[in-house]
Formats: sequence, structure tokens, C-alpha cells
Amino acid sequence: MRGRPLLYTSYETDQALLNTGTKKLLFFLFVVVLLLLPLGIIPGLGFLAADDWMLTLAEVAIVFIAAIGLNILTGLAGQVSLGHAFFMGIGAYTAAILGAPEGPLWGLGLPIWVWLPAAGVLAALVGVLIAPTSFRVRGLYLAIVTLGLVFIGEHLWRNLEFITGGSQAGRVFPPLELKLWKEETPLIDFSNDGTWFGIELSGHAKTFYLMLVFAIVCGILAQNIQRTRAGRAFQSIRDRDIAAEITGVDEFRYKTIAFMLSSFFAGVSGALLASAFVRLTPENFGLPVSVEIIAVVLIGGAGVVSGMAMGSIFVIVLPLIVLNVTEWTTSVATSGEGFFASIADFFVATGNFDSGFISAIPGSSPGLNVFQMNQVLYGLLIIGFIIFEPLGLYGIWIRIRNYWKGWPFTY
Amino acid sequence: MTPDILIFAQASASSLDRFLQMLVGGLGIGTIYALLAMGFVIIFKATQVVNFAHGALVALGAFFVAIMAVQYDIPGQWMEGSPAWLTWSLAAMLGITLGGFLGLLLERLFIRPMVGEPLFQIAILTVGLDIVLRTIIDDIAGLDGRPLADPWGVSATKFGNVSITHTQLVQFGVTAFAVAAIALFFRSRTGVAMRATAFDQEAASAQGIKVGRIFGISWFLGAILAGVAGVFASVFPRAAGVSSSTAFVAFGAFPAIILGGLDSVVGAVIGGLIIGIAESAASVYLVQFNDVLGSGFSAIIGYIIMLIVLLVRPYGLFGTEEVRRV
Repeated sequence: MRGRPLLYTSYETDQALLNTGTKKLLFFLFVVVLLLLPLGIIPGLGFLAADDWMLTLAEVAIVFIAAIGLNILTGLAGQVSLGHAFFMGIGAYTAAILGAPEGPLWGLGLPIWVWLPAAGVLAALVGVLIAPTSFRVRGLYLAIVTLGLVFIGEHLWRNLEFITGGSQAGRVFPPLELKLWKEETPLIDFSNDGTWFGIELSGHAKTFYLMLVFAIVCGILAQNIQRTRAGRAFQSIRDRDIAAEITGVDEFRYKTIAFMLSSFFAGVSGALLASAFVRLTPENFGLPVSVEIIAVVLIGGAGVVSGMAMGSIFVIVLPLIVLNVTEWTTSVATSGEGFFASIADFFVATGNFDSGFISAIPGSSPGLNVFQMNQVLYGLLIIGFIIFEPLGLYGIWIRIRNYWKGWPFTY
Repeated sequence: MTPDILIFAQASASSLDRFLQMLVGGLGIGTIYALLAMGFVIIFKATQVVNFAHGALVALGAFFVAIMAVQYDIPGQWMEGSPAWLTWSLAAMLGITLGGFLGLLLERLFIRPMVGEPLFQIAILTVGLDIVLRTIIDDIAGLDGRPLADPWGVSATKFGNVSITHTQLVQFGVTAFAVAAIALFFRSRTGVAMRATAFDQEAASAQGIKVGRIFGISWFLGAILAGVAGVFASVFPRAAGVSSSTAFVAFGAFPAIILGGLDSVVGAVIGGLIIGIAESAASVYLVQFNDVLGSGFSAIIGYIIMLIVLLVRPYGLFGTEEVRRV
């Protein structure tokens, strides 16, 4: 059946994870590129091997894990949740109690294979406790209930100082290293510089590799969950809950499972996030994190795992691009040389009485500083995607794909 | 015997005073929540939009008042000789109306294109709006805030042992007026049209009601009520001016909205007062339990009450239960 890419002759090929040649090729290319990135040998992308970029890409992978969690709950099962940051916090602090080195704050110094699954499992358990509310409270009421969870969680983290270190100092989270038990030297160290197979790698590059592996594993897991009985039950609840009940889907049971799976991924990603960034305060698990994950889900395209990958790359990397562009524009405008200077000067406020969106002198001149610029763009992106492209980046990809599918007879 | 009784009497009197003072404080924050919740519910009823940008509307309304009353002194500069409270009130009304028109504009630009889309998406869109507007307010209002320069300042009157600031007296009066005005509005022609739209958009449209205009009016009203709340949230007993934290008062109002029921105006007012008094009571009576409950517990007690009430009554105290049908 060569040359007939969409003709499936068996159920297995139809349901395969990568059921078309294009998907196989793209997935393979994507993974290879990501594996080669830290080596800095890909022409044009060499700059990504720099340390701050590596950490950003590791963050992308972690946010991707959180996003597939929320995607199961919101994208598949249709339950609106603003409480994802709360579950990430539970994961992070469980990891801290179990894995962080012993010190003034609680910490048992256990290895990663204990604290990482434990972080996910404890978050999942709390998710199961919360799930009955989603059966009782529906739709947008649920959104505000989960919003309440985030605030209650933040209050807890701020006050449980013997675990979290309080809002000023924060605490140190477990290091990313593989140990058998509490021995001195780890088997594999993911957070310090060193050589692997004769290649010199920075700590951030190693962290990136670790997160990449976790992200791929979780991605495949989530893709498989979609194809199970539970995954189909989620989608039927999302599409019409009463119809689902009538066809024999136990709504209570599957909503609980959806909450459990979603919180599991959130807990794992919270633990990884905290460990990758070493030191975090309770405020790092507040409402903005929930909004960020929702933004990833909506911008990527709700309900699609590959969309989550696109969304997390977009949402996390964009601020860095904006930062670089803004800094470049500001430097061009203040130097006042060259053809671009006059254009840049239009956007940049260089003095107290100059106008422009971006302020070159923080605090004094009108215009937004770089951080505010980022925030505004971020908000506008959420708005823009929801209004113009409700299916997100995945929808854009579908349109591109459909255009080339029929090429040259596209109309 | 006698001295003991005397001490007891004194203690009970002071605890009564403490209770009344707590009640005044609770009404002070509760009326702000009530105003906010009312605006929120009006928007929700008419357009089915859960407006997470309500906090930004609060800060923007107060900010416009600061611009009018302090920066440009409109209309005070043409009204020399008239009392300060009059010129300031006019400036405040002007600023709040400007905020209302901004609400109208936001609805037209961002919410109208989304009619018929999933409600969750619109809710998240308003989160995006909130981020944009609040960042801009942060930039122009700054961290230290802009004072509103209200004529009442820090003056207060003592009733017995309970002191009430004059801004609070004005606030209670304005809230009562706003509640009455909204109640009357719902009896007017436009108000009835809004109720019809809330009931069934298509049917209302078929009866000749311009649903789009109703949407606009609801956002206008919501933004005006938010602006009024914003003004009272940024004067003396609560804050020194509009700042980047003014918008956060809206997060305190969410429990009030849910407690009363998302679609009940009466519920919004009662819920606002309950949550306000609960917060005030927690900050007065639960201080000695800070070791157990943690500092700042009064800020989240609203959410805890909300959770408990929702588990008993999933649609709030006064919300209409959604009829699930095939």
C-alpha cells in the first residue's frame, strides 16, 4: 500500500502513535535536533548551547510536563482548573522534604528515584481529594474554586517555614543526581559540569538532557493515556457529560482519574522545576504559574500533546527573544548611529520627554521597561490566540499541513 | 463582689466595642466587595463572561479619578469657591465614568468577537486582558501609588467608643445608593431587556432587543461599579493611593461572588458583606491563633468559607441551579 499514506489496513496502524510517515520523520528530526543542541554543532542554532539558553530549554521541557497534565484535565476531560500551580507546589515541597540534604529545614536526603515518584504520587493523592468538588461544582464555578486552592496553597507555603523556608529566603531543593542511596558520590551528576563519554558538558546542558528524557517519556505516556478507555471516557465527558453518563461512562470515577493523572504530572513537573532552579520561594508557585500553564495549553492547542510541546516552547522562549530584541533596540537607539537608529528611536524613550513604548532609563522616562514589555506581549498573545486561532499553534500547523497535502491543487 | 462585677461589666463593654469596631471594619471592606461583586454579576448575567479583568477595571477607575482630581483638577479649576467635597465628587464621577467607557471599549474590542465561543476561552481571554491592563497601570501608577487627595482625609467621628472614618461613611452611603440604583435599573426598560438577554439571548434578540448593546451596557455598568470600589479601595483606611496592588482587591471579591451565586445580584451584595465581615472578624479574633493558622489568615478565610458553602450548595447561596437536560 505504498503511496497511499492515509489508507490503513489494520486497527494497529490506524491507532499507532506515529501513524503517518511525516509524523515519524518530524518526531525523529525533533528528537535528534534536541539531542544535538547542547553540543552546539547545529549550524544556526549553536547559540542555544549557551548556559542560560540551556536552562531555558530545560524549563521548556518541565513546563511541557506540567502542560500535558493540565491538558488531560482541561483539554481532554474539559474540567477548567486554575489550580495547577498548587499541585506543582505540593510536588516541589514533597521532593524537598524527601530529597533535599539534611539541614535547618526538613530534608531526608533520599535519592531521586524516591523523591520524584513520591512528588507525583502525593500530588495525585491530593488531586483525588479535590476531585469530588468537580463532580459537585461545575464549569466556571470550578475555575474559581481551583483559584481558591492556589491562594490557600500559597498561604500554606508561606507559613510552613520549616518546610518552605518562608517567602523571603525560600529553600534549596534536592540536587539532580542519581544515587543508589545516601552515598557521597552520585552515579550520575546532572547539575554540575563534567564530561560524559568524553564530551565536556556544562551542568545546565546535563539538566537539559535529563529534562528532555523526562519530557519525552511523559509525552508518550500522555499520548497513550489518550488512547485508553479512560482517555476516551474523558473526551466523552468533555463533549457532553450527560451523553457520557447515558452511554455508561461513570462520570465521578473518570473525573477523579482525570484529576489524579493531571496532578501527578503537575507534581512531577513541580519537583523537577524546583530542582532545576535550585532555590525557589513560595511565590514561585502562585497564580501566575497557573496562568502560564493555561497559556501553554491554549496557545499550543487544547487536547493535543504535540501542541503542548509547541506551546511550551513558544511561551517560555518568547520572553527571552523579546528581552534580546528590546535590549538590541535600546542600544541602537541610545547609540544613535546608523540607519536603524531613527526607527529604533521611535519605539524607545531615551529621555524624560521622549515618547516610546520601551523605556531606556528605568523608572524615569515614560514607556514600559523590558519586564513590563514582556508581560504586555504575553497578555496580548493570550488574547490574540484565543480570538484569532482558538486551536492554537496546532491549528496553524493543521492549516499548513492541509495546504501542502493538496498542493498544487489547493483552493 | 462589686469590683469583680464592675470589671466584668467593663470587659463586656469593651468586647462589645471591639465587636462593633470589627463590624465597621468588616462593612468597610464588605461594601467594596459588594460593589465589585455586583458589577461582576451584572457582566456575568448579561454576557456569560467570567471577568477575571475586574481587578484591572478597579485600578483603572481609581487611576482615572486620580488623573481627574489630582493631576488636571477637572472640573475644580473652573469652580473656584465651591466646596472641596463637591469638586472632588464631580471629578470622581468623571473619572469613574471614563473607566466605564473603557469597559465599554474593552467589551467591543475583545469580548464581542468571542460571542458563541466556549466560556472557558473567554474567561482566559479576560485573564490575558488583566495581565496587559495591570502591567500598564503598574507602569503609569508606579509602586508607591498615586494619592486620590479626597477631601475627607483621615478625619473620623466617634460614636461611643467606635470610630468611623468619614470616607467610610461616604462609602456606606454610596454603596447603598448604588444598590438602590441597580435595583431600580433592573426595573427600567433597559434593565428588563438585560434580564431578558440573561434569560435567553436568542429569544431576546427575536423580541427586538439589541443584544450587543445590552452587552456593552453591562460592561459599562460593571466597570463603573468597579471604579467606585476602586476609589474606596485606594483612600484612607485601606491605602494611600492607586498602586499596583489596588487590583488585588478583586481577588478578595471572588469568594463573595461565588458565595452569593454567580448570577444573583442580591447574592453578590450579601456575599460581599459576609466575606468582608468574616475577614474583619478573622483579623480581630483569630490573631491569637496565628501560630496555628499562619499570619495573613484573614486574607484567605473568604476562600475557605467559599469552599465550605460550595460543597453544601454548589451554586452559592442565591445562584440559580443549572438544569441539566439532554
